[in-house]
Amino acid sequence: MLMNLFKFKGGVKPPTNKTQSVNLPIAQAPLPSRLVVPLHQSIGGMPQPVVEAGDKVLKGQLIGEADGWISAAVHAPTSGTVVEVAMHVQPHPSGLDALCVVIEPDGKDEWIPREPVDYKSLPPEEVRERLQQAGVVGLGGAVFPTHGKLTASKTVPMDELIINGAECEPFITCDDLLMRERAEEVVRGIGIFRDLLQPKKVLIGIEDNKPEAAAAMRLAVQALGESFAVVQVPTLYPAGGAKQLIRVLTGKEVPASKRSTDLGVQCFNVATAYTAWRAIAHGEPVVSRLVTVTGNVHEPRNYEVLIGTPMDELLKLAHPHPDTDGIIMGGPMMGFLVPDRQVPVVKATNCLIAHDDRLFPPKAPEMPCIRCGACAQACPHELQPFEMYWFSRAKNFGKTQEYNIFDCIECGCCSYVCPSRIPLVQYFRFAKSEIWAREREKNAADQAKLRFEFKQLREEREKAEKAEKLAKAAAAQAAKKAAEAVAAAAAAGESGAAPAADTAAAPAVATPTDAPTATVNPEKEAKRATIEAAMARAKAQREAVQPKNVDNLSPEQLKAAADIEARRIAAHLIEPQPADQTAPLDPNN
Amino acid sequence: MDILLAIAIMALGAVVLGALLGFASVKFKVKGDPLIEKIEAILPQTQCGQCGYPGCKPYAEAIANGDEINKCPPGGIEGVQRLADLLGREVKPLDAEEKPKQIAIIDENTCIGCTLCIQACPVDAIVGAAKQMHTIVAQQCTGCELCLPPCPVECISMQVIGENIDNWKWKYPVVEIKSEMRKAAAMKAAA
Repeated sequence: MLMNLFKFKGGVKPPTNKTQSVNLPIAQAPLPSRLVVPLHQSIGGMPQPVVEAGDKVLKGQLIGEADGWISAAVHAPTSGTVVEVAMHVQPHPSGLDALCVVIEPDGKDEWIPREPVDYKSLPPEEVRERLQQAGVVGLGGAVFPTHGKLTASKTVPMDELIINGAECEPFITCDDLLMRERAEEVVRGIGIFRDLLQPKKVLIGIEDNKPEAAAAMRLAVQALGESFAVVQVPTLYPAGGAKQLIRVLTGKEVPASKRSTDLGVQCFNVATAYTAWRAIAHGEPVVSRLVTVTGNVHEPRNYEVLIGTPMDELLKLAHPHPDTDGIIMGGPMMGFLVPDRQVPVVKATNCLIAHDDRLFPPKAPEMPCIRCGACAQACPHELQPFEMYWFSRAKNFGKTQEYNIFDCIECGCCSYVCPSRIPLVQYFRFAKSEIWAREREKNAADQAKLRFEFKQLREEREKAEKAEKLAKAAAAQAAKKAAEAVAAAAAAGESGAAPAADTAAAPAVATPTDAPTATVNPEKEAKRATIEAAMARAKAQREAVQPKNVDNLSPEQLKAAADIEARRIAAHLIEPQPADQTAPLDPNN
Repeated sequence: MDILLAIAIMALGAVVLGALLGFASVKFKVKGDPLIEKIEAILPQTQCGQCGYPGCKPYAEAIANGDEINKCPPGGIEGVQRLADLLGREVKPLDAEEKPKQIAIIDENTCIGCTLCIQACPVDAIVGAAKQMHTIVAQQCTGCELCLPPCPVECISMQVIGENIDNWKWKYPVVEIKSEMRKAAAMKAAA
């Protein structure tokens, strides 16, 4: 199909090294000795484990439940026994641990009952729900939960659905082989996305170094009677970057801090479409993926690998040369050396490259930046890496943000072309994670401040409320007393008992006990009267109460008590009690 | 006559400009002390009182009035540095030892539900009720340790927040120049 293609600025053409691993068809990797399945395999919420050590699980059984909408479920890759749910090293540059479910396979590879459905009969929400439950995530490497991208924007019409089969990074061929061998299912998966998003056009972008894949896809599109356009794009790294591919196919440039959906474009990887079709039409959750095993090995090849397979076991299948000294996960441009060869294959693992010094000679030392600007010419995002480098290096993070460091996709073009061999991307990653950490701290501090201020406000309000209540109660009490006093005065006036005084109020509040000091403040008098009355009541109560533990005692117990009392008195522990106080001891009282 | 006109023009100018300035000073009045706000933005808002003031804002006010800038252990030496940069003062070593970031954990088996820690928490990060188990909302806890002394059964302990995949940071790229140079030289020799 002839189509007007666009260009993105920059890009590099590293040796593709793809031919080694495309000669053999996809092979099924054998069951490993054990599977370590990390629970957090997608962007978003951390799935919660729903199995315990000792549980028997079947292939495809849920082991981690999605936590929130942007999160995807995790499933047992084969049948067997859960050995433990524990922290294990992750395929992550940090080499830190995270929660994993460790499964010992029983060798039967027995599926749970699968529920194939015809998605066309389901409402769109349920299709999205099913994709989330099946753990379908973006398999291009970003592992964003796919169902989260399948809701069409209400404000912007969906113009183009882009399917990314560019696979621009050197060495990696898993998407190529997938399209060659399983094109039909990929196209059917694209059909699901098309039906959910209702775009005007569907464009499948494939780099022109994969003619077999493009031909297979075209055939499948024709066979299924779809109207998708299979477009071959020029081979140029990083044409497979979502924003670059959108630019090449549609000419639309996604601005900084905007998403492609704001422009009516959505982009999915071919492998994502394939797993979506398997999940819906076969009821199979994502428990395996295609992984290219290449580099310093005898037999580079693509394998269908269960998630959780230890990388060293997978690498052994391709017979690595003895001088292999590490495993790169991902490609040579964006991948990283895994911290431990035992780390498991995860949903983001598209390629393992056996590392040795011949393939990847050690970099000569970093030299000073000579301001040649080669990095700016290579940058596919039209950033100025040299500026960002200086400011990252000087830890002047505000300035790096002014130069839009967060638009950097870390493709590595700038490091690739730098004549001074400066690891630019490492500086940008450092700056980004430092900015994120500060942002987190700032948010936490702001929230703490807000909460502290609110607590102070609340305490003050409570204090004021309490004071108000007390004042109200006191006023009520005073009013009551005054009323009582007036009544008493009236009574006193009638009987004529109170001595006549110059004012009527003063004798009115006088109580019989302190009639001579009748001139004092009536309020004080009222208070004193209440206190005295209360004291009298308390005294009466005290006198009325009698200890109950000495009622109904037997004569022996009485005698023992009397003996104890006598001994205490003898030892001068207590004063001899007057007879009336000890009286309650007498049961006959 | 000319001189009178000149004086009149100058006087008129003075009145107009004066009125303008007066209006601007009312219209664009800066509320509060911007310096205190800037200082407070640097302080970590743990509200722990380790500086000797009842909260971060009082300490910010004290700094603005000339108090030392090295009394905030949760802010760490980095905080002292940023305060020094802001105020043009000299960086001083911290007055107390710097502690790693931590949060409080209530041993819920020991807790008797006395609510004393709830009252002590400056950011309302503890939930519970009288005679009911209490627990700490980890996201809100600032690690200020103010809940430790009031607890009658000592069931609260501080736990250091370790590095995990979510808060891990890429390290500053460091190249060991010596060993790298040697390697490069060896490679050249081999070639």
